[in-house]
Amino acid sequence: MSEAVRTPHAVVGIDLGTTHCVMAWQVYGVESHDQPETAGVLSVPQLVAGGTVECRDQLPSFMYFPSELEFAEGELTLPWSGSASNASSVIVGELARRLGVKTPGRWLSSAKSWLCHGGEDRQAPILPVEPLEGVTCISPVAASQAYLEHLSAAWSHAYPEHPLAEQQVVVTIPASFDPVARELTAQAVQAAGMTSVTLLEEPQAALYAWLLTHPDWRDHVAVGDTLLVVDVGGGTTDLSLIQVNDEAGQLVLERVAVGNHILLGGDNMDLALAYSIKQTLESEGKRLERWQLVALTQSCREAKELLLSDSTLDTVPVTVPGRGSKLLGNTLRAVLTRDVLNQVLLEGFLSPCAITDRPRQAVRGALVEKGLPYAQDASITRHIAHFLTQQARESDENGFIVPQKILLNGGVFKSPLLTDRLVSVIQSWLDPLGVSVTVLDGVDLDLAVARGAAYYGQVAAGCGVRIRSGLASTYYVGVESAMPAIPGFEPPLHAVCVAPFGLETGETASLDSQEFHLVVGEAAQFRFFGSTVRKTDALGQVLEMWKDGELVELPTIEVNLTAEHFAVGEAVPVRLSASLSEIGTLEIQAIARGDAERWKVALEVRDQTR
Amino acid sequence: MEINLAIPHSLTLDVVHIALLLVIGVLVVLVLVLARRKPKDEALIQASTSPRSDLEAPKPIATAEQSDAKQATTEQATTEQPAAALRELSPDAALQLLGLLQQEARFIDFLNEDLTGYSDADIGGVARVVHEGGKRVLSSYFVLEPIRSEAEEACVNVKSGFDAQAVRLIGNVKGEPPYHGVLTHRGWCVREVKLPQLALGHRTEIIAPAEVEL
Repeated sequence: MSEAVRTPHAVVGIDLGTTHCVMAWQVYGVESHDQPETAGVLSVPQLVAGGTVECRDQLPSFMYFPSELEFAEGELTLPWSGSASNASSVIVGELARRLGVKTPGRWLSSAKSWLCHGGEDRQAPILPVEPLEGVTCISPVAASQAYLEHLSAAWSHAYPEHPLAEQQVVVTIPASFDPVARELTAQAVQAAGMTSVTLLEEPQAALYAWLLTHPDWRDHVAVGDTLLVVDVGGGTTDLSLIQVNDEAGQLVLERVAVGNHILLGGDNMDLALAYSIKQTLESEGKRLERWQLVALTQSCREAKELLLSDSTLDTVPVTVPGRGSKLLGNTLRAVLTRDVLNQVLLEGFLSPCAITDRPRQAVRGALVEKGLPYAQDASITRHIAHFLTQQARESDENGFIVPQKILLNGGVFKSPLLTDRLVSVIQSWLDPLGVSVTVLDGVDLDLAVARGAAYYGQVAAGCGVRIRSGLASTYYVGVESAMPAIPGFEPPLHAVCVAPFGLETGETASLDSQEFHLVVGEAAQFRFFGSTVRKTDALGQVLEMWKDGELVELPTIEVNLTAEHFAVGEAVPVRLSASLSEIGTLEIQAIARGDAERWKVALEVRDQTR
Repeated sequence: MEINLAIPHSLTLDVVHIALLLVIGVLVVLVLVLARRKPKDEALIQASTSPRSDLEAPKPIATAEQSDAKQATTEQATTEQPAAALRELSPDAALQLLGLLQQEARFIDFLNEDLTGYSDADIGGVARVVHEGGKRVLSSYFVLEPIRSEAEEACVNVKSGFDAQAVRLIGNVKGEPPYHGVLTHRGWCVREVKLPQLALGHRTEIIAPAEVEL
């Protein structure tokens, strides 16, 4: 049994990823990272085949809903499920990932992406997207909860004397998560039985992991540096800017900007390679079935890794064996060449571009899955260029933020070829300014986020350097302007800032300048907007117009005034007040004049008809 | 099939050779696992650093778990003949490994193929499936290490008190150690076995289930 047992209080970091989850821990009050007895990554037991349990550092974020007869009694037993039974009957992890390839109608993937998909009711049972008859669908929140419950059970199994409910837990989320996705994540974590929870943005967690492994970090950065964090996960790309400031002679770090939600990740790269080979095979008259494409993707991933790690290779064969027991004559063979690899990865995902380039809005067929709003342009570099120019302040004479340092995270960057390409594209933007960019390296690209999250627990308790960060966006409510009604026209909408960027934990922003007259007993709805770009708007600021894309409309928020101090039907003047909770979620309240009563404003209108 | 035995150091390793090597390698591993696996449930075996030390001392065949054999050996036992110092292992670990090799590397499928009539290119394509998958199994479940760190074909010393199971002497074997000789093969030793745990009622003899698409 591991050494964590000896110490009662550990901070547990959970990287709740789109494609993989990782759980790391660090003993409270210890800052070093290299002592096996004070920090580690939990090896998570999971089913890998019927009746077969294996411990792995990563838990694939997939679920599978087996039919009653699919597995024999006891074949789904986990170390903690006690006597043989298939009671839990839902499979999570590696086996779920494998089964989904052959039976997609019982399979759930990318729950996290659905959690941040404002176009859907995220608490409604909408997954799997195309369920087979007899499959009971669940919500994206419930799926996240299931992964967390599995991790929690694994923890309790490994450290029965230190239940997770008694540990401080830090769960990571994309910096680009909207307030609803943050709140739903917090709900899922609490529903999974963890009580002391904080949410942490993934790019920050990656930076914490770097800080943990670099006690001499002050020698690597200078006052005034801007640090660009590029976190390319399996399914999402997450960008953040962190500024190095001087405060009374001390270096401090401040998260000054986050990017928009980009559904584009490492898995898209393998899929893109597989599609390019599929095209070649089809031009030779061979038809590929779904399962063959999945196997081809797997084979392409291995071929890609070979080509990326050995620059002397020019071609690597890819093979897809037949499904039957006969291999010879039934195996599809193709070749992945370096030209194709360069074309697809370097030109497609990391294309050279100018800082002024924008992501393209053309619809691509190959990478789009039903439902999720995948990024339309696969070029990560163009997304970064867009981010840096979008975030430019008026004082940035170059028209974009100049990053002096880059921190890369995600398995994609294990390849020096891809890393070098990304860095050289960014460097090409800085060359005219005579600035050279430095890569901060030395973190484990697969496990850094979970490790950083565990370390963050120490930092929050006052041990180590904390990255200052508050609210990651500015939020506005929509208010109809007072003007005479013109038939056929909607009254123009103004946006009133209700929560400014950078609002810190525990701080309250009270919008006193604007009162709303709401009727008791009736649900009042507000249109709600967020902006990661307009970071200087003050509380109460009224926007009559804004540039395209500056404000993103979020799901409508709703408050239902209950009649306790007021009579039903009475119009009550209220003001809105926003705060950032300890957990890291946005909370909005409607407060009656004189603080006579407070009502919680729901961040997402629940569709009652479902 | 032409196997040119006259040129032992020939570099013409064709696909068939690769496949054969693979088979031999896997069998060696099988044997090692069998030798190391404790009889029951202990799925995670941490092998110690010394290649021999954790090998159990050979047990007599006539133990409690072999009640059938007991009767047959009673007569011998009464005549005070020493019991044979050999043991029989539970086949579970071997079957589990076969299952893993089939699942990841299509191992059983491949060995059951009749190679006659297929070109080396055809076989080569399939050998890649077996090789990639087999390698995945080896690296996922075993920590392997050569027994001797010297380069092959180099002159090496074998000290007295050497481990005769870890080092095999061949050729002109005579006299007392220390010996000087040429290292023809570095040997392999499994440092750690990390095979998956199995559910209690799981039947290891089912190496790959029949698959029926509905």
